[in-house]
Amino acid sequence: MFNYTIRRLIFTIPTLLFISFVIFFILDTAPNDPTGNLPLTIPPEVREKIRISLGLDKPMFFRYLLWCQQFFINEPLNMIEQWFNITIGDGDRLRVQSWATRSPVVDLVVERMPQTLWVVGMSYVVGIIIAIPIGVISAYKQYSWFDQIGTFISMLGFSVPTFFTGLLLIVIFSVNLGWFPSIYDTTLKVDSWGNFWLQVKQMIMPVMVLAFFNAAQLSRFMRASMLDNLQQDYVRTARAKGLKERVVVLTHVLRNSLIPVVTVIALGVPQVFGGAIITEQIFKVNGLGQLLIIGIQGADIPLVQTLTFIFAVLIVLFNLIADILYGLLDPRIRYD
Amino acid sequence: MKITNLFMAAAGASLLASTVIAGSHEARGRDGHANIIYWQAASIMNPYLSGGTKDIDASSMVIEPLAHYDENGNMVPTLVDEIPTVANGGVSADLTSITWKLSEGLKWSDGSAVTANDVVFTANYCMDPNGGCQQLAKFGDVTGVEALDDLTVKITFGSAKPFPYGPFVGSTTPVLQAAQFANCSGAAAPTCTEANFNPIGTGPFVVSEFRANDTISLTANTEYRDPAKPAFESLTFKGGGDAASAARAVLETGEFDYAWNLQIAPEILAQMEAKGMGTVLSGFGPLVERLMINLTDPSASLGDARSTVANPHPFMSDIAVRQALSMAIDRPLLVEVGYGKAGKVTCNVLPSPAIYDSPNNAGCEVQNIDGANALLDEAGWVMGSDGVRAKDGVRLSILYQTSTNAVRQDFQALIKQWWSQIGIETELKNIDAAVFFGGDQSSPDTFQKLFADLEMYANNFDGTDPEAYMGNWKCSEIPSPENAWLGGNMPRYCNADYDALVAEMAGTADIAERARLAIAMNDMLMQSYSIIPLVHRGNVAAAANTLKGVKLNVWDSDLWNVADWSR
Repeated sequence: MFNYTIRRLIFTIPTLLFISFVIFFILDTAPNDPTGNLPLTIPPEVREKIRISLGLDKPMFFRYLLWCQQFFINEPLNMIEQWFNITIGDGDRLRVQSWATRSPVVDLVVERMPQTLWVVGMSYVVGIIIAIPIGVISAYKQYSWFDQIGTFISMLGFSVPTFFTGLLLIVIFSVNLGWFPSIYDTTLKVDSWGNFWLQVKQMIMPVMVLAFFNAAQLSRFMRASMLDNLQQDYVRTARAKGLKERVVVLTHVLRNSLIPVVTVIALGVPQVFGGAIITEQIFKVNGLGQLLIIGIQGADIPLVQTLTFIFAVLIVLFNLIADILYGLLDPRIRYD
Repeated sequence: MKITNLFMAAAGASLLASTVIAGSHEARGRDGHANIIYWQAASIMNPYLSGGTKDIDASSMVIEPLAHYDENGNMVPTLVDEIPTVANGGVSADLTSITWKLSEGLKWSDGSAVTANDVVFTANYCMDPNGGCQQLAKFGDVTGVEALDDLTVKITFGSAKPFPYGPFVGSTTPVLQAAQFANCSGAAAPTCTEANFNPIGTGPFVVSEFRANDTISLTANTEYRDPAKPAFESLTFKGGGDAASAARAVLETGEFDYAWNLQIAPEILAQMEAKGMGTVLSGFGPLVERLMINLTDPSASLGDARSTVANPHPFMSDIAVRQALSMAIDRPLLVEVGYGKAGKVTCNVLPSPAIYDSPNNAGCEVQNIDGANALLDEAGWVMGSDGVRAKDGVRLSILYQTSTNAVRQDFQALIKQWWSQIGIETELKNIDAAVFFGGDQSSPDTFQKLFADLEMYANNFDGTDPEAYMGNWKCSEIPSPENAWLGGNMPRYCNADYDALVAEMAGTADIAERARLAIAMNDMLMQSYSIIPLVHRGNVAAAANTLKGVKLNVWDSDLWNVADWSR
């Protein structure tokens, strides 16, 4: 198991390098231009100068190597300097800079982590909390009215796009009822009960929109897994032994059913960091998803490359975690 | 007795003084907090490093130019006492230099004095060749900027400038503090993140927290020159989302006080305004949505000579065709469908300011399908059996391109339908805005390359003087492979008489004469039908009914007078 983990970790390095090159290559060769979104009052010669000042006149491979050096060497050095309050070398090194804001990309990412983790992370947790009981009960009472309604709601949650549910909630709760704000205030500091209540109020709608979507998928998984296990022989044995029904279902069947579900949850965690791009736009949560969209629309290549690569790293890592988790939870699985 | 009286008088005077001081202290910041929403979030507070309107507007609350344009397009002094002119000696008689005199006692928000050195530094900061300054065009032809004394700046131009109000007039060229930006010139400009995000300025607000592409938190500037302003103690400048949700936040939920640039369908805006919480404001600058006809041949078989003056267009070279294209369009319907109150029909590519609006091209407001058909018949374009006119084997088949935008696609569909009624077959194409306007050399879809028969987009100019704008259609401005497709003359219009008028305007100082020349140039373009104007588009914003003092300004930043806003 340990050997397997080490082997996988070593293998991630060439994988990630390859991914970084593909990301860089695709974004670089796309016909896009950072001066495209600037007003037309800026004459063409000035635009050309801007492009040169952003380093666009150098060949692609050179720029890729420069980015690699900035991302793999300079950024970690910067982070070490900040955490341990020391200075390595002269402390003044070239960092991956966003073209639009002219500030380091890592700073932008760190600035937006709180709202993304709060809103999207919370919605993931709420989604799990809703999905598991629904999945368990739907499977236990298969084809009952609860199961049918659960199936219907799952189908809705899965197929209705988040921009529709988001807007619907805004129209009902913000415009007509006036209960919740439609725009998320990222500068709200939770330092009193009043502010805490405000934070809850502004989080409810985006969290529910996303939780609805997540719960739909997870509850189907849970239900399928439960159904699989409820047919097993050991369930009959447990009942024959005289165990209470609740113990049979919640202690024995649920634990075994959770194994695949937990791995699905682990695989879905990188999505939390990717932010729910559409929901963030609708509620102006201004997290990592919105940062990516702005970067794409503004052809802010360093920002998009760095963000996409961060997501790639997270996906690869959590894939590994999911595999290992599966091996840990299920004693029948042993890797070599 | 006398001493008691003296004491009483002193007590009374100090009481009076304290109430006066308390009164004026109360006057600033008395209205608490205001919220502004720009659906394109601000990424930087330095207009020299970003030409985006959202960034220029955001920074206009903190840093200011020497003079602004007001809502009528007139220059108003901001950091100076009066606008220099030839009459008051501020502009030299030979029009090669302009001298600005700063007002006395101006302070930066950190308490230090504003001096002419700051102005000189800012000019050099932008003109630095390695700085990537996005407002370089406003310093065009400036040969020197020097401080004659602590409060006097002299800007010298390379040639006579009838309109010397380019540098430091308008929010695109504010004055930066030399001390703060000292190490930020040239290639170091983008690395000064602290200064770029929190500039020290003379404006009514200072940045307390800047989150790029998200929110800016601002507080009132305690060193602001008017002690009674601003009325708001703090301000939040939020960004993100889309125009419709920004409008909703002001007009329907009341969460925000001001929303900028609401490009939304007119019925939806009217519906939102009916709720009664806010008002929709619109103002008309020089923004005109127009068709640019390609007078050269864009055929792919020509290879490198595509869309160059080497090959004239097979049918667009015929003025009858161009005129027929214009006559078939129902402009009032386009305005109604696309812009509602935020648009007007226009027959001129230069409709604003009013003195430049030509009266000689009226008549395009009425759609004339029959007239267009008659014109084409007369010119020898025979209607074929497939409904498409042809002459000498050349079919009137058009490729019509524009950027991706819901309103523009609506326009394309309508116009295609009208042209099919006059025997013209149209293929529609739309290209992502960042690519279309990007100017990327390797992309065939840029609006400069115009690898199509015509294209549609909108353009305007900075400030109120149209000289540089009308200069876009000189022969030398034609984009071609030789100049890396960098030019503003998309129709490839080349007329020696037009170039002569441009040269004449560059040497004319009298406003009435300049207006006459601008009108003449506009007429020349309109009557050649190389440019077909469609809609004079306005800027649309929404303000809460509780917000007072808002004056929508199309010539400068929307927030140019945020110091005057109150509840």
